[in-house]
Amino acid sequence: MSNQINESMSLAKPEANDLSIKQKVAVALGIIGLFIFGLAIFNTHFPNKTLFLTLSIGLITLGTILFANDAYLKKLEGIKNDGVWFKSISSRGVLGWMTGVLLTGFYIVLYFYPQYLGQTPSGEPNTGLISLFDPLSRLLSGNPASQWFVYGTLYTVAILVFGYKFMLKYRHNRYEQLRTASVMFFQLGFAFLIPEFMSRLNASSDYNLPYYDLKSMWPLNYYLFDSWSINGLLSSGALGLLMLLFGIISIFVISPFLTYKYGKRWYCSWVCGCGALAETAGDSFRQLSSKKLSAWKLERWLIHTVLVFSVVMTTAVIYTYLGDDPDTFWLTRSAFLLGVGILLTLVFSITMIFKRKELGKDARYGAIGYFVVIAVLFIMHYTGTSDKIFLIKASTLRSAYGLYIGSIFSGVIGTGFYPILGNRVWCRFGCPMAAILGFQQRMFSKFRITTNGGQCISCGNCSTYCEMGIDVRAYAQKGENIVRSSCVGCGICSAVCPRGVLKLENDTMEGRINSNEILLGNDVDLMTLINKK
Amino acid sequence: MEHIVIIGNGISGITTARHIRKLSDKKITIISAETDYFFSRTALMYVYMGHMKFEHTQPYENWFWKKNRIELKKGLVKHIDTEAKTLHFENTDSLKYDKLIIATGSKPNKFGWPGQDLKGVMGMYHKQDLENLEQHAPNNEICKRAVIVGGGLIGIELAEMLNSRNIPVTFLVREPSFWNGVLPDGESEMINRHIKNHHIDLRLSTNLKEIVSDESGRVKSIIIEGTNEEIPCNVVGLTAGVTPNIDFIKNSNIEIGKGVKVNRFLETNIPDIYAIGDCAEQHEAIGNRRPIEAVWYTGRMMGETLAQTICGNRMSYNPGHWFNSAKFLDIEYQTYGWVHSTKNKPDYEQHFHWKHEDDTKCITVSFNKNTNAFLGINTFGIRMKHETFDNWLTEKRDVDYVIKHLAEANFDPEFYKRHEPEILKTYTNHQLQKA
Repeated sequence: MSNQINESMSLAKPEANDLSIKQKVAVALGIIGLFIFGLAIFNTHFPNKTLFLTLSIGLITLGTILFANDAYLKKLEGIKNDGVWFKSISSRGVLGWMTGVLLTGFYIVLYFYPQYLGQTPSGEPNTGLISLFDPLSRLLSGNPASQWFVYGTLYTVAILVFGYKFMLKYRHNRYEQLRTASVMFFQLGFAFLIPEFMSRLNASSDYNLPYYDLKSMWPLNYYLFDSWSINGLLSSGALGLLMLLFGIISIFVISPFLTYKYGKRWYCSWVCGCGALAETAGDSFRQLSSKKLSAWKLERWLIHTVLVFSVVMTTAVIYTYLGDDPDTFWLTRSAFLLGVGILLTLVFSITMIFKRKELGKDARYGAIGYFVVIAVLFIMHYTGTSDKIFLIKASTLRSAYGLYIGSIFSGVIGTGFYPILGNRVWCRFGCPMAAILGFQQRMFSKFRITTNGGQCISCGNCSTYCEMGIDVRAYAQKGENIVRSSCVGCGICSAVCPRGVLKLENDTMEGRINSNEILLGNDVDLMTLINKK
Repeated sequence: MEHIVIIGNGISGITTARHIRKLSDKKITIISAETDYFFSRTALMYVYMGHMKFEHTQPYENWFWKKNRIELKKGLVKHIDTEAKTLHFENTDSLKYDKLIIATGSKPNKFGWPGQDLKGVMGMYHKQDLENLEQHAPNNEICKRAVIVGGGLIGIELAEMLNSRNIPVTFLVREPSFWNGVLPDGESEMINRHIKNHHIDLRLSTNLKEIVSDESGRVKSIIIEGTNEEIPCNVVGLTAGVTPNIDFIKNSNIEIGKGVKVNRFLETNIPDIYAIGDCAEQHEAIGNRRPIEAVWYTGRMMGETLAQTICGNRMSYNPGHWFNSAKFLDIEYQTYGWVHSTKNKPDYEQHFHWKHEDDTKCITVSFNKNTNAFLGINTFGIRMKHETFDNWLTEKRDVDYVIKHLAEANFDPEFYKRHEPEILKTYTNHQLQKA
């Protein structure tokens, strides 16, 4: 057999284990639910929208729950990856590709052609799929639905029903269960219900709160500092100001502190909505992420480029928002720019002075390169060579970021390509928040994955099921701890390890990176010798 | 430049090659007839089960070997000419070496059962076995039932593999309880129940009499010794242990016993020829270890030791405290130090056994009943830290200390239920009853 073809080696037909009767019924129920959405898209006039909306979401939920019950509850507790690489949906087969194309298509329509879903100019009643969601939207916020409300509802339903499936699949593993309960809670409460209730408040003329997901932080929430957002918050009295302050404090205080204590996982796999979708609906695709060295190199360049883009864009947006006169408001454009410059220089210098050794060569060059770019921008501003970058171009930068990063990368590619590139494409290659938290995790977090002495048998389950494409085995077989910026702490490597070799831990900073190739089991002399060199 | 030739691309051979490269610039060639690239043999089962593709079992990307100047040669060695320092291959090729490392591993045991070479009879050791299994047991329509003969680790893994494709399995175990030549009775019995819970037809104290052929030379059924019961089946897995894979050495002047005889420096009787891993046999067993250790970890340690010797720092193979691990269907097993089975237990060895009420977790702590010294631990369903037990064994802690400090050794994931208080309580009651 050729290694080139990458066959699964299975002679079994793609679905070695046929669906049971119950599973077929469950699939049918789910498809009927989706079919109602399909009809709605083609402007079918339903006599009772509330009934049909309830019916479709109810059937999809019921179908998934019945399917999951039948798949997991009749077997003993344990790792359930049997046949993952034989199933068309989870091994880039026909079903996988179809799902990928459908999802991608949905995102393109959602972001760029919402009229196809029934979005109408403001003031006119919705049609199509969006109008089907009007009853629910009115119930929650009092307003008719929008394409974002439809998306938010479907997103939340996906996380809840697939979260249930995930919890059954890992019912022997309390870490996975608690983590999933947490993302389900934050999605339903913080990302979905609270913002809807908040727009109810806007009915009063005292309030003009923008739609605000409290748990979503800059730079993931890149619109926090947009003028409409800041104006909205500032015009909403103490509550709005408090929320703006909370947004800023969470960037500089809360998130670094939590990352120091628990690693970036407190956010990426316990709170974040993108992470929540990836961990629940995307769970069947985690094995598809590339573990090649080349993919790792691409990842490091791409994600940091997005971060730099996001920093420059945000700086420009805030800069434009501020005035020049120190008498009207203490924070002037110059003061702000100076502040940003000092902060960036500080972060850069501290890293280069104290943590230089922990960075790879390419990472060092990258960091210096990015720093130079930002420094040049500042110099250009102060020498007056070009104030366009920060003045006139701010809106262009902002809309470019929103289009390319916010929509295309995070949605169209990030989620649409789940069945092709794995479930954390966005988190791995594009999320600027993941880049910042990852940097903090790599530099000053107590979090690491520890390896249990010499028990690794290099089987490769950990690497295969790492959704972030980390070659966990490369570390485990050397007995090394794993301290990687990209690790979101999902805990699956530890769960699938047949020898109990991996454990996610928060421990002291000391001895966090043990680059000694300690193979316990050899006598002390050999260990000393190997550690010496 | 000195040419180091390694026969076998398993964990022993590859570890040696990697460490020789770290320490020197010698020319390295690795020979294998099995696969082009190194893969983790222990992971073959996951390929059949659909957890991984074959490429996932390869710890290094294909460019790794060229980059590290390790030459890979595919071929089957037929004869070693120790005088001319030359290897002769099946296809009339030959290769000269300066130093030769034999790391050819093992092959499944066959005990002369009638029908043991029929189509559909296989071991589960080589990649070819997996391809064979894929051909004879792709699903439960082509393979209506499989019979596994031999109650060890490979046997239960094969049972799990077939079970994952809903192929009914009959599992013949010669002993009265699964793997009880190694496991104490309490553990072995718990695993018996666990196997049956997976709807595997476990037959204890049962021997194979013969394998019956159909007209086309394929397996039709097996017959059990004593009762003469005939069980129709399409696949028979022979998993009654392994023997060193050294047939091609028999007509050379390298000294062999069951395996290639080596001293503590892993040297054979011929200068510049070494043997490591499953195929090496110590003249005298080291401590409680067997002269032939067919274990992943020992192969790796031997490889590392030998790389030192080859690179001018002659070093003896001096393994530390024994450890091993496995997984029985859904139950993980780890062992540190020595816990002997009930029937092989030396006089001085006494056991403390604790079992969780859910019947999937237990531990056995062995200690010297005269001195109370801690000797070893078996854990099922609870992960424990290697380093902690290694230290406790080196520090010669007593059993009371170990049980009281068991929490320090826990390696279970966060938020898992902890069992140390219950274990301590059981232990204290146990001690009180004795007093």
